[in-house]
Amino acid sequence: MPHDHHDHDHPHTLLPPDPALRVKALETILTEKGLIHPAALDAIIDTYEHKIGPRNGARVVARAWSDPEFLQALRDNATKILDEMGYSGRQGEHMVVVENTAQTHNMVVCTLCSCYPWPLLGIPPGWYKSDAYRARAVREPRAVLADFGVALPEGTAVRVWDSTAEIRYLVLPMRPEGSEGLGEEALMELVTRDSMIGTGLAQAPV
Amino acid sequence: MTRVHDMGGRFGDGPVVPEAEEVKFHADWHPRALAIVLASGSLGTWNIDVSRHARECLAPKDYTAFSYYEKWMGGLAALLVQTGVLTRDELAGLGDAQISDLATKKLTADQVAGVLARGGPTERDSDVAPQFAIGDAVMTRAIAENTMVAGGHTRLPSYAAKATGRILRYHGTHVLPDSNAHGLGEAPEPLYAVIFPAAELWQHPEHPRDEIVLDLWQSYLEAV
Repeated sequence: MPHDHHDHDHPHTLLPPDPALRVKALETILTEKGLIHPAALDAIIDTYEHKIGPRNGARVVARAWSDPEFLQALRDNATKILDEMGYSGRQGEHMVVVENTAQTHNMVVCTLCSCYPWPLLGIPPGWYKSDAYRARAVREPRAVLADFGVALPEGTAVRVWDSTAEIRYLVLPMRPEGSEGLGEEALMELVTRDSMIGTGLAQAPV
Repeated sequence: MTRVHDMGGRFGDGPVVPEAEEVKFHADWHPRALAIVLASGSLGTWNIDVSRHARECLAPKDYTAFSYYEKWMGGLAALLVQTGVLTRDELAGLGDAQISDLATKKLTADQVAGVLARGGPTERDSDVAPQFAIGDAVMTRAIAENTMVAGGHTRLPSYAAKATGRILRYHGTHVLPDSNAHGLGEAPEPLYAVIFPAAELWQHPEHPRDEIVLDLWQSYLEAV
């Protein structure tokens, strides 16, 4: 059997120990070799700082609450309908939407790395990438929810989705009481990022 | 035995600390690290499974101490050297860097939107027929290791080894990471969402009706 050859060779030790200087060293050598273009780096950063974020997911949720045909299209083939909305691409190539009900609360984690639906939610928050969340979400989701100030009714089961493949999951939170009659834009305001990961609930209208 | 990244179910990590939605990065160098890794990936000399494995192969003491983007940079340094994109001397900043043969593949600013929008879909046609139907009982491999390469990449977490669940969804046929991470081909095969009662995985589940779902390839599973 071939053995993995990575284990005795850690090239990052050739770089400066300070992470900011490590980034600088990588950017310098890759630029000198003609392998990266600083303007392309700026464009990537601009995309995830300003263009792609959780308001995309919030729009999807608000529309699913308002439009039964759209909800059905999400159930039938989320990847297809989200692609039509322009919410597809890197780390969201294959999408599944899971619906919270009074019986089942869904929560998403990636225990092996930090897989996350980037086109809908943007860059994952720090806690999603933390050891604590990755280690605990599958074993004690209710204790993790308590860290977010969320307590579920005793009759609600938790279903935790560990993103072990290239399928990305978006939680469809329950529509809050008192939100009847609100339009899509107003509903979007109630949809937090955490409610679409399953560590939060949609907010009640003020 | 598994690697340090396989931490699902581990005890002792302390609280999860919520964060405001507006926070995107936690240091000035974070966005730069993200962008360098994505831009380097578009040179096409490795795939996502190779790059995940490179991060998983960091020394456990480094993996544990590194922040998220430090892991990314550690993985990138390994990938650049392993695939011959840079020599160790070049990475160390020694000697005269010459323009690479790969420079023609350099990602340009006008290509960024298209590259990010395309992403890297993993669904492929396959000759491997689905063996299981929705609702079928299945058991996962007894040992959560790559069967082809010792210490190789796999996506079966150790907490879900030798566990009995049932097929919840069928996702189609997808690239097999265990093969694709090691230059052994994409080897696409059926991929399923498999659901397990929490009591099947944990000695002390929080609630009798709680469940865990994992996406698992057919070769990780056998009929029960």
